[in-house]
Amino acid sequence: MSTQLILFFILAVIAILSAIGMLVSKNSVYSAMFLVLNFVTIAVLFLLLNAPFIAMVQVTIYAGAIMVLFLFVIMLLGTDMAAEGISMPWQPPIAILLSGALILEFAFILFFAQQDVLPQIEAISAAFGSPQSIGKLLFNFYLLPFEVTSVLLLVAMVGAIILAQRETG
Amino acid sequence: MTIPTNYFLALSGVLFILGVLGVLIRRNSIVILMSIELMLNSANLAFIAFARAFEAHTGQVLVFFVIAVGAAEVAIGLSMIVSIYRSRGNIDIDQISQLKG
Repeated sequence: MSTQLILFFILAVIAILSAIGMLVSKNSVYSAMFLVLNFVTIAVLFLLLNAPFIAMVQVTIYAGAIMVLFLFVIMLLGTDMAAEGISMPWQPPIAILLSGALILEFAFILFFAQQDVLPQIEAISAAFGSPQSIGKLLFNFYLLPFEVTSVLLLVAMVGAIILAQRETG
Repeated sequence: MTIPTNYFLALSGVLFILGVLGVLIRRNSIVILMSIELMLNSANLAFIAFARAFEAHTGQVLVFFVIAVGAAEVAIGLSMIVSIYRSRGNIDIDQISQLKG
């Protein structure tokens, strides 16, 4: 087994365990912390997949900015230990059962059917995924979507301010 | 030797299903929003794996857009939760049923 494969399996176990930890934590601050661990683990997986730029974006935006926003709201509202009264007691077991079935179907398709769809990966050139090549694509071919994204972020900012402001007067 | 793309797709699928499970079994709306982020992130992992498999940068650029849209979504979602908490004093989604027919 190569070093990369060992690294992948360790990271995969950490990612899955932190996702499960996020689901079962009673305290939502712990949930947020498990999610940060998950995001950082996935950023390392992005590095394994020749995507260093996206890995850094993942750490700064997801694990940094977005999770700080989550923690800020949890602490602002003080709902970190909110009790969850379940009005439909039959729902969680059915959800777990159906998710298990979905995982089995997924594993069957991925590992037993349709083996030859994905191309075999040969050695990838070192320049693949570098910030230069991403930037060239982003500011030439994807320039219009990039500008639209900036408008979207502006709209989200204005919307968040309007939604969260207190009614005065 | 490089890691087969199948392995990354399997991990991405497992993380996505854990996110779905979070939406289904949790009642705290902030945790539900976090589960949605987990699902977006697993889709990003699949995008990056395919980008490497086909040696195309487009997948990585799309992940960049997904992250930007995810940031906008979190800002709006959290401000909605804050505004619901102000008016009802609760963020349990079973209690937020005013639109129920």
